[in-house]
Amino acid sequence: MQARKRYLLLFMSFALLLYGYFGSYQLKSEPGINIRRDNLPTFATLDELTEAPSTLKRQPATIALPCRMETCFDFSRCGVDPKIYVYPSEGPVSASYRKVLSVIRESRYATRDPYEACLFVPAIDTLDADPLSPEHVPDVASRLSRLPHWNNGRNHLIFSLYAGTWPDYAEEALGFDPGEAILARASASETVFREGFDISLPLFHKEHPERGGAPPAAPGNPFPAPKKHLIAFKGKRYVHGIGSETRNSLWHLHDGNNLILVTTCRHGKSWKDLRDERCDEDNREYDKYDYEQLLANSTFCLVARGRRLGSYRFLEALAAGCIPVLLSNGWRLPFDERIDWRRAVIWADERLLLQVPELVRSVPPERILALRQQTQVLWEQYFSSIEKIVFTTIEILLERVLAHRSSRQRDALIWNASPGALGTLATYGDSRTHLPLAGLGALATVRAPPAPRAAPAPLPAPSVPVVGPPPTPGNTFTAMLYVQATSPALHKLLANIASSEFCEKVVLVWDSERAAPTLKSLSRVAGDPRDPLPVLVIDATTHYPGDGVSARWQPLWAVPTAAVFSLDGDAPLLAEELDFAFRVWQHFPERIVGYPARSHFWDEAKGAWGYSSKRGGAYSMVLPGAALVHRAALALVARAAPALRLAVRRARNCEDILLNCLVAHHTRRAPIKLAQRRNYKPTHHKYRSPWTDPEHFVQRQSCLNTFATAWGYMPLVRSVLRLDPVLFKDSVSTLRKKYRKMELVTS
Amino acid sequence: MAGELLLKTGKYSKYTSYRKILYYRFFVGLLLFIVLSLVFTVVFNAFTGSSPRTDVYLPVNLDGERALVKLKSDLQSAARIKNCTYWECFDVYRCGRGGHDKITIYIYPLKNYKIESGNSVSELSKEFYMILDTIKRSRYYTPNPEEACLLVPSVDTLNQATFNSKHVSQIYHSLEHWNDGENHLIFNMLPGSAPNYNTVVNLNTGKAIIAGAGFNSWSFRYGFDISIPVYSQVAEKIDNTQPAQKNYLIISTQLNIPHDSLEELQSIASSSNDLLLLGTCKADNKIDYTKRCEYTTGREFRYPDILKEGLFCLVLRSARLTQAILMDIIASQCIPVVISDSVVMPFNSHLDWHRIAMFIPESNIKSLVKIIYAVSDERRGELYWQSRWVFERYFASIEKITLTTLEIINEKVFPLAARMYEEWNMPEHLYGPVNPLFLPVTAPKGPGFTAVILTYDRVESLFTLVKKLVRTPSLAKILVIWNNQNKAPPPSTEWPVINKPLKVVRTKENKLSNRFFPYDEIETECQLTIDDDIVMLTPDELEFGFDVWREFPDRIVGFPSRLHVWDNSTASWRYHSEWTNQISMVLTGAAFHHKIWSWYYTYKMPAEIREWVDESFNCEDIAMNFLVANVTRKPPIKVTPRKKFKCPECTNTEMLSADAGHMSQRSACINRFAKVYGNMALQPIEFRADPLQYRETGSGVPQLYPDIGAL
Repeated sequence: MQARKRYLLLFMSFALLLYGYFGSYQLKSEPGINIRRDNLPTFATLDELTEAPSTLKRQPATIALPCRMETCFDFSRCGVDPKIYVYPSEGPVSASYRKVLSVIRESRYATRDPYEACLFVPAIDTLDADPLSPEHVPDVASRLSRLPHWNNGRNHLIFSLYAGTWPDYAEEALGFDPGEAILARASASETVFREGFDISLPLFHKEHPERGGAPPAAPGNPFPAPKKHLIAFKGKRYVHGIGSETRNSLWHLHDGNNLILVTTCRHGKSWKDLRDERCDEDNREYDKYDYEQLLANSTFCLVARGRRLGSYRFLEALAAGCIPVLLSNGWRLPFDERIDWRRAVIWADERLLLQVPELVRSVPPERILALRQQTQVLWEQYFSSIEKIVFTTIEILLERVLAHRSSRQRDALIWNASPGALGTLATYGDSRTHLPLAGLGALATVRAPPAPRAAPAPLPAPSVPVVGPPPTPGNTFTAMLYVQATSPALHKLLANIASSEFCEKVVLVWDSERAAPTLKSLSRVAGDPRDPLPVLVIDATTHYPGDGVSARWQPLWAVPTAAVFSLDGDAPLLAEELDFAFRVWQHFPERIVGYPARSHFWDEAKGAWGYSSKRGGAYSMVLPGAALVHRAALALVARAAPALRLAVRRARNCEDILLNCLVAHHTRRAPIKLAQRRNYKPTHHKYRSPWTDPEHFVQRQSCLNTFATAWGYMPLVRSVLRLDPVLFKDSVSTLRKKYRKMELVTS
Repeated sequence: MAGELLLKTGKYSKYTSYRKILYYRFFVGLLLFIVLSLVFTVVFNAFTGSSPRTDVYLPVNLDGERALVKLKSDLQSAARIKNCTYWECFDVYRCGRGGHDKITIYIYPLKNYKIESGNSVSELSKEFYMILDTIKRSRYYTPNPEEACLLVPSVDTLNQATFNSKHVSQIYHSLEHWNDGENHLIFNMLPGSAPNYNTVVNLNTGKAIIAGAGFNSWSFRYGFDISIPVYSQVAEKIDNTQPAQKNYLIISTQLNIPHDSLEELQSIASSSNDLLLLGTCKADNKIDYTKRCEYTTGREFRYPDILKEGLFCLVLRSARLTQAILMDIIASQCIPVVISDSVVMPFNSHLDWHRIAMFIPESNIKSLVKIIYAVSDERRGELYWQSRWVFERYFASIEKITLTTLEIINEKVFPLAARMYEEWNMPEHLYGPVNPLFLPVTAPKGPGFTAVILTYDRVESLFTLVKKLVRTPSLAKILVIWNNQNKAPPPSTEWPVINKPLKVVRTKENKLSNRFFPYDEIETECQLTIDDDIVMLTPDELEFGFDVWREFPDRIVGFPSRLHVWDNSTASWRYHSEWTNQISMVLTGAAFHHKIWSWYYTYKMPAEIREWVDESFNCEDIAMNFLVANVTRKPPIKVTPRKKFKCPECTNTEMLSADAGHMSQRSACINRFAKVYGNMALQPIEFRADPLQYRETGSGVPQLYPDIGAL
């Protein structure tokens, strides 16, 4: 007992001592804090905080400030739909720049009228400003200034890939004075970059495809990444001069196993004169490794600066799904105004070169998985072809114009997730919930709770017209019918639509010389307490004369829901089928969800794509003669490339194939076919139908090939599955089944 | 008696001797300790004896008497370098010394600088005191200037009006480690003075980083300076309550609106009732900052309470580009409408201001109402809920502002410490977690899948399963998780001869969670988790299941399905295994999923759930469904109609025992997990995936997956 007491006493005295030692400081200072802090004055009085501008005149600025959009851009030239004017070509133009020009000229942004243009693109090749390069075009400065609308470069967009020349590679040495022109430039450094005005470009090879572009090389997401090498680099080094130190010291890190960092001195004619003592050994190591293999088998890829800050390695690594590790201090990454590169690259510091292995080793596996996926997302959306690079540049610019006009721009999450900015219209909606964004996962569908209502404005009412925002996926759909003739099938379909649980409105696009039916609403079946279903009949022959089948999705303004059930007037769908399709679509708003499936195949004999309606094990299209599509996807069809739209207009056909290609191009996913129904036309048709016409079929085949050429590849994706109701055709009592009539549809 | 006494004393003596031993041990221990520490000090001194004695660095004392320093030298620090970048003006070698993964900050001792005439150069303000105090208490603080990555001069430069630029520049020059301002951090909130109002603090700061308010896009050195807000004491006192309804669409309470803008606003206010335009109350000469009056009618409102009644609140450029009322507005959960060209918003490098505010160009004020009307309800909701969250996280106090500033610098120096966009900008309570699988692709078929079989001792059924599995073309490997610690797995000779790799992993403990451990042996991204008695699945079914998974690689894709339903009578969730038109779970008795979910299950799932599963030896499949549904907010996919999986002869279509006890336990799991996650993540769906040609006859084209069992 006593011992315990003694120990207790000992312990307590120790505790006291410890407290005295450590805690006395606090005892001393605790009151002090309060006293001093409370006695101090605040940093600024309310008067100072609400200081109004002085009545004195401001002294004029002594130095000219670099351009910003608000000082160097004439927004008044840009209307609701800003256009780009490309000057007619004259003089020599390099292959790369020719591709850039042709991509713009054939885009939906192009205009032939310089007076309605918001942006001007000179046809003078400004890509390469290095007089030592064979691609260099001389005398750019004077030719630019002679352009009829030059006006010191205002509203002009100039592309530049290589600035400066040996030995200093000065970034300002463009060979001309850009003046107030917006520079889209590669290898830009933080110091020369005009923030919010210039656009940073990636450096791309001469062989970079004009359109299309390679599909992602790394679609798999193994976890953790089972790669042979941790980090790889293979490239030349310059031995002397600007930007050579980084690559010259890479050999310190090379270990021949995990870290493969090999360089060569061989480049140019006279490399042997400049060689240093390491060159021979470096060259030996260099020849041991194959670059493609390294890219594919490495988790990280070093992107070290060359003479200029940017390097080809960047896009190569991105394409291969190899996470770029940047050694390029001060480089403005491509499109970093909108692309969040923190998701896809690792920033290293040239000054801390030797820490790179430790840096990449400490990246957790989950982050590696995310980084790797993001390299693919970004490559796919913005870099895989010259078209994408140029369009991204334009979209960034046009978004600035839009932000100026209506104070909105795409959500940063849209830019950095699939389908990205090129797969969405900047003018469509102002929240990501308006768009079908598969790549965002939960972030796309989960929306913030509503803000409290502002009190309805008392009189006077606003004098400005209110633009309705696009709808978000709700619990209803709009049936959009394309009708060329009245038939019993149409009446049956309308009756079925009227008994659908989720249909909110019917938009009937009437495309026939006959007078459009006067239909205001559909009455419900007896016993259905709901109000009659509103119908809007739009006469396409007067509203969209000559558009033919292209007109079928044009009246989107009449669609109040995000879900659009696109139907042919004679589609024999049951109400049950309509409702089931909608319930499935709610889970896949980014895809086309419907009944009639078709497929494409490569016809070896003809050397062309073939179109097939045969029953096989796979399909790649779901025809919007009976399918649900997101309203935003239909809006995108209306803004597709002019050549594509023209093909549809000319053929008076193929709008459904175009829609399928477009959605597949942006989402990279297959459509979804539902249940068993294959035919969506009544089999016994007493009218002459284009579907029985062999000519029609040939036309569709040729459309498919036109589209594949326009995109530069075949965007359609195959699928082998269909989605059925859970108890579909199961041998259980039909009374248990929710969708029982559907099973009886045989064809 | 004596014996007893003897016994007692014996006991007692034993006790005392025990005590003695204890004492003995204690003192020996003490002695050893003293001797050792002595030796240690001697050795330590001997080693460092040659070099000058290392200083003991005391933390800066913010409350003690400030030493008086007279400024003698007229030398000033060099002017601010306009195009500094992190790469050129920041000495990165000072950071990360000794392998720290965070920056270290030193604060110069507080001194009372006086000029020749005896006036103090700058007074210490409460806010600056709190900045220094925050740094001192933060995890970045170091009292040793030699190992500091950042150095903070303790001269209050928050308000340009309170100090003389020349004198402060002299102080900077006299600082011991100034070195042209390299790695120095200078705080400022009100830069410039009349009439020009420079947008950056008027000081010779050389290469120093400036954490300042009111930058414009020319004076701000992107990637180097830090833009901070102007602190508002008013905002700190605004609570987070909200009125049920906002009474005004747009409110302007700013007192220092420039003339031209004010005229435009007045013309808007006169033509529309959507804008409530408030100014000072003209009652007497002194401005009462707690009141605002409407310009035309003179109606009086209390400030800042009135801000809560507005849905949108205006902030305009005035003498300076940013205003303190921005903080009042955000704190009041009113959506800021910023009209201030080329302004650099606070923490612009990390905060996405388009999530917080509307921006209208100065030349476009006249379209204010039109622009606000065009804002959709969805966006209003996003903006509205963002503002208070942002305020509480980054702006609510000087402490938060300071820590955010330091964190941004820390992320710059240590890029791996950087938090992603979502973490900075997306409140998780609103938008949920981020899906780790976001690349929208059809997963490649080539690598195939790995079958992971959890088994205890049912060797016979295991072998049957293995023999069946290997007939699936895309199967890459079989991994048998041997969960029986008492019995060794059968020797390799007894295993069926197969043409695919098979590996047996023995576990340390018989836990259900072992099936979801992300074993290194699983080299494919897809794993088929399968019970050792699921012997009825055909190779066609498995192959098709894998193809479906490739289409939906972030979901659980499998065969046995279940449903959860809400039971109104007990007000709880119920587990449902009957024939239904809906499903909400796919059991992992036979299901494909990405390997990352195993990793999530093991390392990221709430520990509470994992423990619950291991204790009750049940519900690991339900836990997995909850986990995936909670992260992806997507339901699983059921493949093919099959309902019977175990023995072909049985008539009972139930896979697991269907007794009432089992069902109630499963129900309890659902309720428990829903409680842990705070919501019911599972969602019922009405569809399943079938092969395209399922039940289609007479087409003439051969079936791709002919052997799909009925039930």
